Amino acid sequence: MPDEFWSRLRRITPARIALGRVGHALPLLEVLDFHLAHARARDAVHATLDPDALVPELSPMRVLQVESAAHDRATYLRRPDLGRRLSARSAAVLADTGGQCDVVFVIGDGLSATGVQARAARLVKACSSELGDLAIGPVVIAQQARVALGDIIGEQLRARALVMIIGERPGLSVHDSLGIYMTFAPRTGRSDAERNCVSNIHDAGGLSPQDAARTLGWLLREALRRQLSGVALKDDQLPLLPDRDRL
Amino acid sequence: MPFGCDLGGERHVFSSLRALLASASPARSGDELAGITAASVTQRVAARWVLADLPLKVFLNEALIPYECDEVTRLIIDTHDEAAFAPISHLTVGGLRDWLLSEAADEAALATVARGITPEMAAAVSKLMRNQDLIAVSRKIRVVTSFRNTIGLAGRLSTRLQPNHPVDDPRAIAASVLDGLLHGVGDAVIGVNPATDSVPAATTLVRMLDELRERHAIPTQTCVLGHVTNTLTIIERGAPVDLVFQSVAGSEAANTGFGVDLAVLREAQAATLALGRGTVGSNVMYFETGQGSALSAGAHHGVDQQTMEARAYAVARAFNPLLVNTVVGFIGPEYLYDGKQIIRAGLEDHFCGKLLGLPMGADVCYTNHAEADQDDMDSLMTLLTVAGCNFLICVPGSDDVMLSYQSLSNHDALYLRSVMNLRPAPEFEAWLRNVGICAEDGTLLELAHGVSPFVRHLAENIS
Repeated sequence: MPDEFWSRLRRITPARIALGRVGHALPLLEVLDFHLAHARARDAVHATLDPDALVPELSPMRVLQVESAAHDRATYLRRPDLGRRLSARSAAVLADTGGQCDVVFVIGDGLSATGVQARAARLVKACSSELGDLAIGPVVIAQQARVALGDIIGEQLRARALVMIIGERPGLSVHDSLGIYMTFAPRTGRSDAERNCVSNIHDAGGLSPQDAARTLGWLLREALRRQLSGVALKDDQLPLLPDRDRL
Repeated sequence: MPFGCDLGGERHVFSSLRALLASASPARSGDELAGITAASVTQRVAARWVLADLPLKVFLNEALIPYECDEVTRLIIDTHDEAAFAPISHLTVGGLRDWLLSEAADEAALATVARGITPEMAAAVSKLMRNQDLIAVSRKIRVVTSFRNTIGLAGRLSTRLQPNHPVDDPRAIAASVLDGLLHGVGDAVIGVNPATDSVPAATTLVRMLDELRERHAIPTQTCVLGHVTNTLTIIERGAPVDLVFQSVAGSEAANTGFGVDLAVLREAQAATLALGRGTVGSNVMYFETGQGSALSAGAHHGVDQQTMEARAYAVARAFNPLLVNTVVGFIGPEYLYDGKQIIRAGLEDHFCGKLLGLPMGADVCYTNHAEADQDDMDSLMTLLTVAGCNFLICVPGSDDVMLSYQSLSNHDALYLRSVMNLRPAPEFEAWLRNVGICAEDGTLLELAHGVSPFVRHLAENIS
């Protein structure tokens, strides 16, 4: 198979295809490259979010800062239940916030503070401009956050729908991908089946913030119209593919 | 009912059957998270002493999750085969362990008792077995299924080709399919996990994979692993669906978390069977499971995660599936902390599935927030292959660029087939030879070595 053919194929996908082989094994260079990618992903898992640095990027949106009941990364990794609950301090912060709104955005560090730090503010802006006619509440930055923490925040802020933007679990090719989880009528105890997800939002061949925002816009309007979210709400649009060359 | 024993002058008491099983289970971060693990290492061993003397019949009389409020319990109890149970009905859990390892428990005997064993019995006996016991017994069990080829025969190891892509680009997915096929991978299924919940996008993939398979007459099956209700919609719209996929768990509430129940699975099975697309056999269901999913959904009812996992196999068993695999390291360190826990869980899941009569495979995998690495996966894939695992999942270069975790690589399949002298499913193996991917003796040909018309044709259609 000519090299030129394989390099063309490698340009259309970030997948590790056409690696060659030594006997039945991977060539050493590919093994070392894999170890490097794994090391970077491990480092992203253990990185810490700097929420203050996000505030000016989100301006002029109002920003609240909270944290889950998991007080550090080690606890967060072993205790997902704590990552789904607010700390006592944070519950008080949200209790003081009055008002009602259509949508609340929560930015959670999740498993990639690196990705959230780099691109969450841009994604919030893209989403909010897509939803310009709706009443958007304050943006909440949540540390040591799991997806379900958003529903509690949305309930406290009396939002009709909750949009959680969270750092996805780092992979080898991409360690800074974001995901969006949307819940209609957010409240404590909602199951995964009651949320809709838009995943793989990143710059390395994933969804662009604009495309993700358009998908979210459609899902959110349907959720508000039909008063539900999750598996009963099918994404029945045509698939979105970025038109630029990937990787 | 409480259980207890005196061990070296110390009294150990377990308040219920659930507590006894949880205490006897090997150390697991998920059970610690649930707060149900043994209070000490000694207590864990004491629980095993008690469990060893427990008659198997106890599991038929005492449900871990009440019959009245859980359809999985009802399924287990209502479909229990008394006649199949008869040969082992007099045994204790410890007695079952010894019988399973004995020469009397040969392939035929194990097949006879499969429908008489409940998931709870399988989970209980596994807790008394070392890794080598799990391997030795699994290896004696053969579960053969078929759709367009035959999976699970002696001397065979099948693989799922998993060509995922971050935005479901059909061309990029086809490129990964080509890479897998050229490594002799894909006889269990060519199965894509779609990145989105979009029905039109999934339909595009179903058609693309079917066209590719059809054009090159590849004796395998394809699957787009969306939610079962999506697949039903895709079938209604007339797209060529081979297999229907669904993740399942061990309690009604956990399955509700997945958005499914037994009724919708029955509906999907009937709809897929009605398409009549299998040429060799009619096993049309594909299930994935994994320890920790019930706890993750808050639906474990105080039962340990390994027993909950075995209960998921009761769900799978009701649908005569072509493929079932545990996605063992996918769930993360809060349920399986490190390589040691993932390896043990992989062997338990494979053993319990096989004992219950399932065509068990595995996704040997780990995430980047778990304390595991490639060396752990090398160990687990080797152990599972020795144990006679029906199929393993492979992605190019071990890197799933959509789900962001590491599974096995296509190269790993070459390694396993080579060191253990195993072949793919016979129909698929013949095809690999016909199109010039493999030599007569089954060895993979170098890509540069006389590119076959098939490879040229496939390649030209992608690029």
